[in-house]
Amino acid sequence: MPKIKLIEHDGTEHEIDGEVGKSLMRNAVDNNVPGIDADCGGECACATCHVFVDDEWLPRTGAPSEEETRLLGFAATLQPNSRLSCQILLDETLNGLVVRLPEAQH
Amino acid sequence: MNVAANIDHETLARTLPLDQFDPGNPKLFQDDVWMPYFARLRQEDPVHYCKESRFGPYWSVTKYKDIMTVETSHTTYSSESALGGISIVDRPVEFRRPSFISMDPPKHDEHRKVVQPIVAPGNLAKLEQIIRERTCSVLDSLPRNETFNWVDLVSIELTTRMLATLFDFPFEDRRKLTYWSDVATADVNAGGPINSEEKRTEVLQECLQYFTRLWEERANAAPGSDLVSMLAHGPATRNLSPKEFLGTLTLLIVGGNDTTRNSMSAGLWFLHQNPAEFAKLRENPALVDTMVPEIIRYHTPLSHMRRTAVQDAELNGKTIRKGDKVVMWYISGNRDADAIENPDTFIIDRKRPRQHLSFGFGLHRCVGNRLAELQLRILWEEILKRFERIEVMGPPQRIYSAFVHGISELPVRIPG
Repeated sequence: MPKIKLIEHDGTEHEIDGEVGKSLMRNAVDNNVPGIDADCGGECACATCHVFVDDEWLPRTGAPSEEETRLLGFAATLQPNSRLSCQILLDETLNGLVVRLPEAQH
Repeated sequence: MNVAANIDHETLARTLPLDQFDPGNPKLFQDDVWMPYFARLRQEDPVHYCKESRFGPYWSVTKYKDIMTVETSHTTYSSESALGGISIVDRPVEFRRPSFISMDPPKHDEHRKVVQPIVAPGNLAKLEQIIRERTCSVLDSLPRNETFNWVDLVSIELTTRMLATLFDFPFEDRRKLTYWSDVATADVNAGGPINSEEKRTEVLQECLQYFTRLWEERANAAPGSDLVSMLAHGPATRNLSPKEFLGTLTLLIVGGNDTTRNSMSAGLWFLHQNPAEFAKLRENPALVDTMVPEIIRYHTPLSHMRRTAVQDAELNGKTIRKGDKVVMWYISGNRDADAIENPDTFIIDRKRPRQHLSFGFGLHRCVGNRLAELQLRILWEEILKRFERIEVMGPPQRIYSAFVHGISELPVRIPG
């Protein structure tokens, strides 16, 4: 079970035991981490599960797809390390992953 | 499909041959009898083809999941104005008014990004105070012990004030915005004053002239934070043609006006019909947060959006051909039991209330969705603080439209 740390905008940290094969979004929502809205339920269709991936983890989470990039363009606070957490599938190589949440999901 | 008065719609919806279904008939929405027809389609023919109608042939997509597929496949299902745009009505080419809702990428993305900052979290926080003050003053000035139209004095007044603020539009003229919005979306067969595209264009020319004056003022001034200034200075929009400017204006006016207005009216009606939910809300006003998206789901202020296939595609077992008109019935997807538990029940404390189709999904998802929720949240917070009772004196009057799921009258009385 990969351990994942999600840090809210105000600094509150949440450490969860991630479930492999599920998206980061689904893991966060299932563990009641606040700040991930995921209105579309994980279809890469709403940009409300936006996270910032800590730079050292970027090579392992990979780059966003064209469609994800397009939707991220409509997120409120875009950064080079922005991702939609519904598009990050957890596996063992992501053990220790750290992501930060934006101030708001819109 | 011929819909006469005094018809038993439950029976008709169950027995009418599917090939005679024309779910785009505006009368179904005006008479509020659309539900059993869409229930049958979801059950028996979820991707339905209507061969002949006033709108020509069209596909109806009625299940949540299939709608999501169409929404997220913009390279197959186009919004492009030149192909017919986003509503079931095909306007003649000379009457089309393109704007980013009826564009595909990349142009869509460039235009949308110009206006997007108006609904950024920081700006919403700034707007909250203004909205609350306005809401309080509108509610405090309502008549007592007499019947009045909630739509006019509350829903229209609040959304119009909001729009005037977003455009920095002369406040005393604000009802012009409501008028232009209604003109822009009126069904020419509704029996109202806008009974032809020519008449619509005539009125909208006034809108264009008015806004062109504002545009010139703002273009010659330093960039401001209102929508007209943003468009006048935005790199992708500062050279808009008059037609595109008018298209973008009507998009923003209709988007900011009609939808929120109708949710403000519908919410009161739903609570009146569901007294147990109203009691729950009085008991725990914090439920406003989950009630607001539930109102938006349950009412579905825009019944549909339309796309045009630009290549052949399979959709839930049907073959859609290049050029076909595809209508996504949000109003039906929002009642799909495979996606939403007890979808025909109004439940103000649903677990995942924002999983509904009313704002659309994908790259055209409603740009103002959080602002709309903010306005509705504040309205209900302030209502609960003020009024122990709002008596609904009769059922709502609805408008003749398959696009705007509109309420024109809701008679109410506030005792005290």
